[in-house]
Amino acid sequence: MLRPPSFRLKPFACRAALFLMAASASGTSFVPQDDALVLERLRRGPVDQATREIRQLRRQRELNPQDDRMAALLARRLISKSRETSDPRYLGQAESVLAPWWDTTNAPVGILVLRATIRQSTHHFAPALADLDSALAIDPNNAQAWLTRATILQVVGDYTGARRACEPLQRLTSELISVTALSSVQSLTGEAEGAYQSLTNLLQRSPQASADQRIWAVTLLAEIAVRLGRTSEADDFFKQAFALGERDPYLLGAYADFLLDKNQPRTVIELLKDETRADSLLLRLALAEKAANDPKAGEHIAILKARFEASAQRGDKVHQREEARFHLHLLGEKSRALALALENFAVQREPADLRILLESALAVGDTAAKAKVTQFIHTHRLQDVQLDRLLRNGGEI
Amino acid sequence: MKQSCPLQRRPFGLVLFLVLALCIAALSAHAHKPSDSYLTLEIGSTNLTGRWDIALRDLEDAIGLDANDDGDITWGELRAKHSALAAYAQSRLAITVNDQPASFRLDRHEVDNHSDGSYAVLRFTCAIPATTTKLNVRYNALFDRDPQHRGLLRLNVAGTTRTAIFSPDKPRQEFALLESGGGNSLAAFVKDGVWHIWIGFDHILFLMALLLPGVLQWNKGRWVPVATVREALVNVLKIVTAFTLAHSITLSLAALKVVSLPSRLVEASIAASVIFAALNNVWPVLHRRVWMIAFAFGLIHGFGFANVLGDLDLHGRVLALGLFGFNLGVELGQMAIVLVFIPIAFALRRSWGYRSLTVKFGSLLVSAIAGVWMFERLLNFKVLPF
Repeated sequence: MLRPPSFRLKPFACRAALFLMAASASGTSFVPQDDALVLERLRRGPVDQATREIRQLRRQRELNPQDDRMAALLARRLISKSRETSDPRYLGQAESVLAPWWDTTNAPVGILVLRATIRQSTHHFAPALADLDSALAIDPNNAQAWLTRATILQVVGDYTGARRACEPLQRLTSELISVTALSSVQSLTGEAEGAYQSLTNLLQRSPQASADQRIWAVTLLAEIAVRLGRTSEADDFFKQAFALGERDPYLLGAYADFLLDKNQPRTVIELLKDETRADSLLLRLALAEKAANDPKAGEHIAILKARFEASAQRGDKVHQREEARFHLHLLGEKSRALALALENFAVQREPADLRILLESALAVGDTAAKAKVTQFIHTHRLQDVQLDRLLRNGGEI
Repeated sequence: MKQSCPLQRRPFGLVLFLVLALCIAALSAHAHKPSDSYLTLEIGSTNLTGRWDIALRDLEDAIGLDANDDGDITWGELRAKHSALAAYAQSRLAITVNDQPASFRLDRHEVDNHSDGSYAVLRFTCAIPATTTKLNVRYNALFDRDPQHRGLLRLNVAGTTRTAIFSPDKPRQEFALLESGGGNSLAAFVKDGVWHIWIGFDHILFLMALLLPGVLQWNKGRWVPVATVREALVNVLKIVTAFTLAHSITLSLAALKVVSLPSRLVEASIAASVIFAALNNVWPVLHRRVWMIAFAFGLIHGFGFANVLGDLDLHGRVLALGLFGFNLGVELGQMAIVLVFIPIAFALRRSWGYRSLTVKFGSLLVSAIAGVWMFERLLNFKVLPF
């Protein structure tokens, strides 16, 4: 069967060459000559169980679109699908499923929690927290709402609030869940060692816990180990997490960062060579390729540039952390990187957000921006060997 | 037995529960590009041409493309859905021109590759009146499936591009095409014309060379002052009118693409015209009819102006506007020079300094500069900084 090679065999060369049109939509469109030409691959292989379930739920929901339980169930599946595939389209679809309750103040509790989850994904943290408050006002024993609240507050750097949201979890959920949630906050507020030990011990005592719970706990342990500089233990936890489940984009990203810091770009290339759809993984792949002087770096940088430009065109500011990394490490545009990192830090304050802010501040020589990071570390007693190393090596501006 | 539906009773069970919590960390940071479509509209003189790029992933969700459900969308599968796609496009995009609905005709189906995957490309045209003043676009694609979808519009009118974003909150966009846009661009063209005179030293020097003897007359082998203001004004008026008339003619002919000359030749001839005009002041050949020089060489200068206007890439009805505005700007710039020059020249016309030093030595200097220009332009080589 004849297939023009430009499309199927070299999709990336093709995309890179056509990168200009992504922003302008005025590229070289064409009429294919062969009906068998594959234009788009939606997934690899046959339909999986999750997709079949989503399809079935869709059909059921169409019969009764006002059924909030059915809608919640479908939205939840779509959110999970978005997480597995890194495709935000599924989040949008979940939002459309919740359309009958999207703007109402008196939505059912389950819907409010899902609405919060979708809203925070586009960085609408304040309305997301408001939804959770409404949910908890109706049902103070809703563990899901408390857990989601704790997680959002941690992302925005409100550790006191996050800690408070973890308290009810002790009586509402399993020990592993409540301890994992609390350890996450503790590990960022000067109690990393204790949290690491207690969670490790608890995990060993919880063989009955589900795979999802274990993946969550093990991934967190890997991240704490990284911040504590326990490299070999971190590596073990990452491998345990991979052994527990499918390829999870979040885990892949965290592991790739770990390997990049260990100066193992070849391993990252091997790990991510097929992960070009998700921007965050493509970014890590390009970083690795640049570090390893791999000729593919140029193509991937061009694709990333086109995607960030396309995001800018629609007015998105969701990827500023990644965009700052892209500008600093792949384009060498320090000032632009610092501007993005500062804007991002005003919204998100995870260790990765501090890291890119510090790296850009040091690259530019901006003492005020650097002071923001040191002050945050000092205030919250954040333990992170990578941040410490950066401050030691490039500390004097 | 009544269905108790265990699925529905478990939404807050632990498995799903955890996934949501993990999503917080993963969703925002790990998303790839959300759903966008790219709509480009080009307003011509009597029709509107459009190009609409919609992601195949989105179309799969909206109208279903993967007929055999193998995960791959082939050209054959897309082609089989072309009429469904056309119907979808027609139902989700409404264009109104001057408050009248305009129906668009789908000309061609193509595909294209964007940074995040393949897109179906719809090319369409739609007849519009020549006096389109208001364009209204209502975009309603995919919002029902994915409220985070955005339609990104680029509207090209007369060499300028406007952009807009369609969202569920803002599915309608209105564009005023002539009133405000036309006004703005007229002002812009006038400004361009003034600016071109201002930075066009060759035009200024040519005009100066012609005007220098405007307050004098050639009498028995030498320049003598004119007696009255009236005489001076008549001279100057003749020169300026002839120059204006001539360059307006060639500017229009060139802009309408009736006549076209290579710009290097035009630029070199303009330099030659400056030399001729300047030397004519020292050794007059045409001292009574300076306006004839102004007219003859004005024709050349018109082609020079046209090159500037050509760079702006105008067509359709905006061309007339541009031509008018630019010409007006050139005249205004020229007028400003004349108004400053005449009173000074008239006041100084009796002095030796003016008649000999300024007119003769000045003209020699001007012709020397113009000589260098001519060589620069002929040989494509730069000596002077202006």
